[in-house]
Amino acid sequence: MGLVALAGLVALAAGRSARWATILGAGGAVVGCALGLIPALEAALGGSTQVVRLPWAMPGATFHVEIDALSGFFLLPTLLLGGLAAVYGTEYLQSFREKKNLGVAWCCFNLLVVSMAIVIVARDGLLFLVAWESMALVSFFLVAFEHEKDEVRKAGWIYLIATHIGTAFLLVMFLLLARVAGSFDFDAFSQAGAVGPAFAGLIFVLGVVGFGTKAGFVPLHVWLPEAHPAAPSHVSAVMSGVMIKTGIYGLLRTLTLLGPPPSWWGWLLVGIGVSSGVLGVLFALAQHDLKRLLAYSSIEHMGIITLGLGLGLLGVSLGIPTLAVLGFAGGLLHVLNHALFKGLLFLGAGAVLHATGTRSIDHLGGLAKRMPTTSLLFLVGATAVCGLPLLNGFVSELLIYLGAFSSIAAGRTWVVLVPALIGVAGLALIGGLAAACFTKAFGMVFLGEARSHHAEHAHEPRLAMQAPMVILAACCVVIGLFPAVVVPVSAAAIMPLVRQSDNVLVTTLEHAGKSLWMISLAAGALVLVVAALVILRRRLLARRPVEETVTWDCGYARPTPRMQYTASSYAQPLTALFALVLRTRERLVSPQGIFPTASSLATETPDIFHRGLFAPLFAGVESVLCRLRVVQPGRVQIYVLYVVVTLLSLLAWKIG
Amino acid sequence: MMDWTALLPPSAALVLAPLLLGIINRTKAVFGGRKGQPLLQHYFDLIKLLGKGATYSRTTTWVFRAGPILGLAAVFVVVLLTPLGGVSGPLSFTGDLLLFAYLLAQMRFFTVLAALDTGSSFEGMGSSREVLFSALAEPALFFGLAALARQTGSLSISGMLAEINTQSWLLHGPALALVASALLVVALAENARIPVDDPNTHLELTMIHEVMVLDHGGPDLAFIFYGSALKLWVLAALLVGVVVPMRTGQALLDATAGLAGMFLLAVMIGVVESIMARVKLLRVPNLLVGATALAVLALVLVVR
Repeated sequence: MGLVALAGLVALAAGRSARWATILGAGGAVVGCALGLIPALEAALGGSTQVVRLPWAMPGATFHVEIDALSGFFLLPTLLLGGLAAVYGTEYLQSFREKKNLGVAWCCFNLLVVSMAIVIVARDGLLFLVAWESMALVSFFLVAFEHEKDEVRKAGWIYLIATHIGTAFLLVMFLLLARVAGSFDFDAFSQAGAVGPAFAGLIFVLGVVGFGTKAGFVPLHVWLPEAHPAAPSHVSAVMSGVMIKTGIYGLLRTLTLLGPPPSWWGWLLVGIGVSSGVLGVLFALAQHDLKRLLAYSSIEHMGIITLGLGLGLLGVSLGIPTLAVLGFAGGLLHVLNHALFKGLLFLGAGAVLHATGTRSIDHLGGLAKRMPTTSLLFLVGATAVCGLPLLNGFVSELLIYLGAFSSIAAGRTWVVLVPALIGVAGLALIGGLAAACFTKAFGMVFLGEARSHHAEHAHEPRLAMQAPMVILAACCVVIGLFPAVVVPVSAAAIMPLVRQSDNVLVTTLEHAGKSLWMISLAAGALVLVVAALVILRRRLLARRPVEETVTWDCGYARPTPRMQYTASSYAQPLTALFALVLRTRERLVSPQGIFPTASSLATETPDIFHRGLFAPLFAGVESVLCRLRVVQPGRVQIYVLYVVVTLLSLLAWKIG
Repeated sequence: MMDWTALLPPSAALVLAPLLLGIINRTKAVFGGRKGQPLLQHYFDLIKLLGKGATYSRTTTWVFRAGPILGLAAVFVVVLLTPLGGVSGPLSFTGDLLLFAYLLAQMRFFTVLAALDTGSSFEGMGSSREVLFSALAEPALFFGLAALARQTGSLSISGMLAEINTQSWLLHGPALALVASALLVVALAENARIPVDDPNTHLELTMIHEVMVLDHGGPDLAFIFYGSALKLWVLAALLVGVVVPMRTGQALLDATAGLAGMFLLAVMIGVVESIMARVKLLRVPNLLVGATALAVLALVLVVR
């Protein structure tokens, strides 16, 4: 039902005039998403499962879609963020009205949302791959929206290649499954787990690589920090908030198809999770580009999600229900939470870009005075993304922590203990570094004085851009304040994953629910204390002199905004400490002579995996493939010869 | 319904936290051969500051004004979670150790943002150091807590500390000692004490915590001072809960023992500050990673 509405909006999107394209495209997306949310929510809450089977012209495949709890759970953020981003896009794309064909942009955007939804509900291997591929292609067009810029084209190519390498692994995976099952239908795939542990392991590894490319697992993440900043901001929000989650969804769906997991799967995911998390946040810290920073932070959060799933898998394979339930619930809830706050942050970054025309953190500053609403909303996102209490990021991290800590406390064997400890330490370090990263992002962009003329004339965005951010921020706050209401929503979705009885699942979640109510209580206490302190401060200052002056600068008479600490200097101690992995490059022209004149310092932190692993790899592939140029000399006669030879040999083969 | 003894730890914290600083300063004065300020000097300072007006930099926004309030409120809730000796705090539940750690992180987050709001290089420098050191202190704290959780089988601060008694020191003495030393380093680093930071330094370039609050004044500064005193109290209470294994079951007796432990710890911090110099800033990460190593070692001992 929701799907019908979604499919309808595709047709709406092709309008030619910018105005109509915006109205039809965005309106269709919003209505479709709103209608789709209803069955999604119903399914996520564990209501009836909707199945649609239609015959399909594709050989060997049926148009088999189904919304079960897991699909419903992933549809929620997809449709919510899709709809809100469409509203935001109406205003955001206005500045491109003269230069671009907005009809194409909206068509691609709506196709992206539709294909994500189909990926999530597809129950047929071929249908899944077709939707997956169309998702990749339309998002490529969206990334390449500003294709006249050199770096955007480069980002687009990297994205296109990366996503197809991932798809290649998935293709192999589905073909192997289909060969065993004799059909592309997911229902038939579930017998595949019975073939043997080696086969299941192979499928799992193929899934991790294939889906991990989309999800941005280190070192398969290289496309992510290129592509996300290049896309228009509302598209970045959708890509970072939900599109990369389809990778997680695919992995989870694969897990439900395979049999009971061995413990090394859990180990693998915990390892990937912690390394992606720590490296992601470290690279985020070293960036100067606001949207690039957010993209790296997405890698970090995919790491946290994977860590949760890995711990959950360990719990399943070793028969520890608490760990299984809390790990999966935490990981899955983080999918939703990350969509909310990362969507919010990308939209906020878009507002900054819209108002100032630059993404470079070192050129911004002092925006809190010129864009008060946006700065408050960005602060909510920044606090949530660090996992600080009162907001939603804390809740899902808390569940993962609780799972890990409970198996540490319960005295398990080293098979669980070591990953649990790695998880705890990893999360702790990630938390600390994320705080550093987002104090930098918020502090340098919104606080202090404007560092360049870009930031001096900034202004608040219009309502169409603010309203989606307000809704996302409100969701973050509500989930943070009343986690105990939201967490049970994930119960039905994790049911097929945890392989526990209903009873165990419910009791474990209820047990965690007690802690979550206490969190609400603590949050209430915090709000009360804040209110009391605000009143106290107002009373105290009411009859006293309150003056304004300059910032203390040791008595220096002429401070200028250029003397402020910059984002690079703020992050320098950390990048120096982790220089082993970050390899920040510095170009320093130091002051010379008694009366030094110009001097400069430039730093950049390119991706080591991009530079150290993929660049040489692809250079190697290229040099090998260059040898093939011999057969492709560019002369028409020779190609005609090829055709003739081929035809003749075919003829000979047919006759002989 | 609620056990009245649960109100002991928070009320002790709220009333006595500034006294800890007084004891530290008196100890340092005695070591330096001075008479020193009155023990209650911090209370006088707070009252004086609360009665003053305020001066704000023109660069600052509402973030600067909200920072001290949000920070104090966060540590206030932490106080509710914190036990004193073996006596539980009023708010205690499975997993509260995470709320404990993350609320302290929240306090730091807003202090740092308020500092960055001034646009001052000094405060930027202080914030940059603060986030680095605290990020490195976090794994040490969590490994320490994990060792305690493993040893006591509990996931709440109050529950963990209530389980530690003389018996556990006899059985797991070395591990607990290692945890205690890791927690001591964390407490010193987080509270800007020597050997990580010198609360008495007067040169902006060398400060960490103090430089972040340079531009605050009046009631805001009072909130910050009081918040720092409470933060010292809660981290000290965690340490004392491990080190002082007095668990008679009588709340007053246990709390008194805990209180005595707190004061002794304050004297000890004073002694440390008198006989040690600050570590070079570049060496502080080594100290913190060392603390993490101690906590890991403790875990290995407990798990074995």
